[in-house]
Amino acid sequence: MPTTLTAFADVTTSDSALRRFLHGLPGVDAVGLEARAAALGTRSIKTTAKAYAIDLAISMIDLTTLEGADTPGKVRALAAKAVHPDPTDRTTPMTAAVCVYPDMVATAKAALNGADVKVASVATAFPAGRAALPVKLADTRDAVAAGADEIDMVIDRGAFLAGRYLETYELIKAVKEACVREDGTAARLKVIFETGELSTYDNIRRASWIGMLAGADFIKTSTGKVGVNATPANTLLMLEAVRDFKAQTGIQIGVKPAGGIRTTKDAIKFLVLVNETVGEDWLTNEWFRFGASSLLNDLLMQRQKLSTGRYSGPDYVTVD
Amino acid sequence: MSESSVRLNVFKTYKLYVGGKFPRSESGRVYEVSDSKGKWLANAPLSSRKDARDAVVAARKAFGGWAGTTAYNRGQILYRIAEMLEGRREQFVREVGEAEGLSKSKAGAVVDAAIDRWVWYAGWTDKIGQVVGGANPVAGPFFNLSTPEPTGVVTVVAPQDSSFLGLVSVIAPVIATGNTAVVIASEKAPLPALSLGEVLATSDLPGGVVNILSGKAAEMGPHLAAHQDVNAIDLAGADAALAKELEVAAADNLKRVLRPQPVDDWTADPGTHRMTAFLETKTVWHPTGSLGASGSSY
Repeated sequence: MPTTLTAFADVTTSDSALRRFLHGLPGVDAVGLEARAAALGTRSIKTTAKAYAIDLAISMIDLTTLEGADTPGKVRALAAKAVHPDPTDRTTPMTAAVCVYPDMVATAKAALNGADVKVASVATAFPAGRAALPVKLADTRDAVAAGADEIDMVIDRGAFLAGRYLETYELIKAVKEACVREDGTAARLKVIFETGELSTYDNIRRASWIGMLAGADFIKTSTGKVGVNATPANTLLMLEAVRDFKAQTGIQIGVKPAGGIRTTKDAIKFLVLVNETVGEDWLTNEWFRFGASSLLNDLLMQRQKLSTGRYSGPDYVTVD
Repeated sequence: MSESSVRLNVFKTYKLYVGGKFPRSESGRVYEVSDSKGKWLANAPLSSRKDARDAVVAARKAFGGWAGTTAYNRGQILYRIAEMLEGRREQFVREVGEAEGLSKSKAGAVVDAAIDRWVWYAGWTDKIGQVVGGANPVAGPFFNLSTPEPTGVVTVVAPQDSSFLGLVSVIAPVIATGNTAVVIASEKAPLPALSLGEVLATSDLPGGVVNILSGKAAEMGPHLAAHQDVNAIDLAGADAALAKELEVAAADNLKRVLRPQPVDDWTADPGTHRMTAFLETKTVWHPTGSLGASGSSY
């Protein structure tokens, strides 16, 4: 199996070549996609499997706060929660990461105090992405310099929807280079497509391929700031894209649905999608993440229900 | 009767009342309900613990809004329930008569008493505060005021024998003071309770304030009693063994428990104890201002 992008070297040589390639991708059967996603959502996951799924989901959360009103105190509280999601039960796994704005990276890093929780930072003029390239790159470098382990960038949906695919590709490539630290290591790059603004499933598939060709480590559905965020269908579509990409290049890419996933039931549906589409290789927080905040509380309440046999309530998890 | 005028029977599908909606049981189960002589009346949903869980979620969601409604407005809504019941009096007379084996006139008296009970508690909504709250004399320059506040989500195991008057007599005091309720109807005679849900839904009562489940108290009760998000439980309709089990389960998060009390006559003056059982007391200290040279500032 080839493990390089050489097979696609020609594709990104010019705007027209890239367009030819992207428009040559098979069209998405929207009805079939949604039916498949819905069918996989009907699986019944109970008892020990549910306990496993809940712990796995907790360990996959990018615990997120992306508000204008974020204070250092709120970020510290979030970091504490990421390390000990349920202080009454130390067997609860840590979340994968905390996700904050670039100016909060240093605060989050300090609050985590070396715990095995990553700091992810949004960058590139999140959430709109409406800024000049140098500004976006400076934003990224700034977050990386502050200690971010992961960068969540947004693509320029305006350029993508206007058909300037190569520009989108070059942007991701440039940000990828900006993720490299002075010592040569690099922050992992998650590329947000904002699927709610891409209008069609075909566009989501094309955007996924642009992201993967440009070197994204993760492809991510949405910012959480628009009406339509992660859905089972668009996540399934992106999972199929990373599956196909791995089959053709040997390169594994992660997927992160974000926004709108609030209940344990929803989270488990996504895990079923992962298992059935790309398999167990992706069932770790190296390759699959949930961008969420309120989801964690519901997972913790379900976890408490399983361990004590009693239904829990919102009084027994933090208010955040 | 001529052939053409024969109508097919239109049977009523009795459904639960949860969060202002009328769902079937999540489990899909039903059980047969028969009248006092054993004749089949209808199938009622046999609720599962997950229906109970959903009902608690609905009740919790409704609590903030209902507790924050002014007492005057709650009184208007409770009175509205009485108005709506009055309009459907015939239906309830029939259902109560069938459920409890009462003659039409006796069932009529029971329904009238139930309607009057709503009116009675409607009047109490804006008076209970003065009766159980008030100014406390304290040794310092403070106003010290106690006011009653609703406890929260209350699980009510409704009386088994008095399927309607008993039911109203346990629900009304719970919601009159601003609590929300998850009610397990009488197992043997749940139909009047399920029909009451239809009345509540058309009485300006916000969805989720009262949630009515039919089924076995012994099946749902332990889950509701142990539920960490339920604040109190009224064991009116639990037998001695079940009441003990539920009280033990309720101890875990320090729920308020109202033990079953023998009621010979549901039409008697109910008093205020069912309201005060599910009230908390909030006390506020407020400075009166500096004491003047005279030693008094007021």
